[in-house]
Amino acid sequence: MKRFLIPLAAFFVLVIFLAIGLTRDPREVPSPLVGKPTPMFQLQQLANADKSFSPKDMQGKVWLLNVWSSWCVSCRAEHPLLVAFARQSNLPIVGLSYKEVRGDSEIDAGKLSPDDELKLTRRRASAWLAARGDPYAVVALDIDGRVGIDYGVYGVPETYVIDKAGVIRYKQIGPITPDALDKNILPLVKELEKS
Amino acid sequence: MINANRTITLIVALAFALCGAFAQAKEAAPLAADEAVEKRMVAISEELRCLVCQNESLSGSHAELAQDLRREIRKMISDGKTDTEILDFMVARYGDFVRYRPPVKPTTWLLWGGPFLLMAGGLAALIAFLRRRAKEDAAPVLSEEEHRRAAALLDQSNP
Repeated sequence: MKRFLIPLAAFFVLVIFLAIGLTRDPREVPSPLVGKPTPMFQLQQLANADKSFSPKDMQGKVWLLNVWSSWCVSCRAEHPLLVAFARQSNLPIVGLSYKEVRGDSEIDAGKLSPDDELKLTRRRASAWLAARGDPYAVVALDIDGRVGIDYGVYGVPETYVIDKAGVIRYKQIGPITPDALDKNILPLVKELEKS
Repeated sequence: MINANRTITLIVALAFALCGAFAQAKEAAPLAADEAVEKRMVAISEELRCLVCQNESLSGSHAELAQDLRREIRKMISDGKTDTEILDFMVARYGDFVRYRPPVKPTTWLLWGGPFLLMAGGLAALIAFLRRRAKEDAAPVLSEEEHRRAAALLDQSNP
């Protein structure tokens, strides 16, 4: 009897490890950027073509950086939540429009001139926000996805919570769920706003 | 007749297959603008995981992000960055997870040492097992008492 107990115990330990493994999402790669200053950039704004946006503009405020694009299906799912949240909160949400044109597999962006791509980006992003509501304080245009790379974006939507000193405090990979908003983002924002 | 038909089908199929191969070869050509840069880019990106399709390396992935990152690596190579600098660039953005060979540090000790721990455990179990068996083998097959009983039984069964 005893000779079976050890393998049986080992088997259960293995089962426990595998069971824990099943509850974890392998797509969620912890970001090394949490706890680090936001990567700097200077990008054109969507609403105002002559103005640019830089994370420096947000110094002294707690804010969210939400990476989105109109071709991203999960962004569509996330958007109503952002719109509702923006209505009842004064936490600024900055949108980063990520590869709006060249990220869409239905468009052959290689054939477009940079100017045409910019125009198409503006048209598509504005139309999307007009149709679904605009939760953003400002939207910056990351046309070629270069800023996305600096932020370690690998699947839109992604959302960063950034504190008053410009340090990234949290990264939400994938759409913000009501659960993630209530349990992770809001308590953190509250705490950051106090300091 | 049937045979001839089959041969024709085969030849046509082969021709199509070859066409496909050539077409692909042609499409890949413009990538290799600078062969030395390309070689280094491939060597570096083979060490990196594509985050979109995690079981593919960055060099083999067709994901958009992988293409962007390969372009970024090419640019860094042309800018004269070293391989270490390029790897550091990726790790700073995506974490150690992007490397197929993560660095040895406290959080990865178990990852690197795990297999050896398992092997040590297996070896210990094997040695214990062999020792026990050697002891059992060395012991007399029958004790004196058992000998006597066996003899008694044999005597009984003989007519």
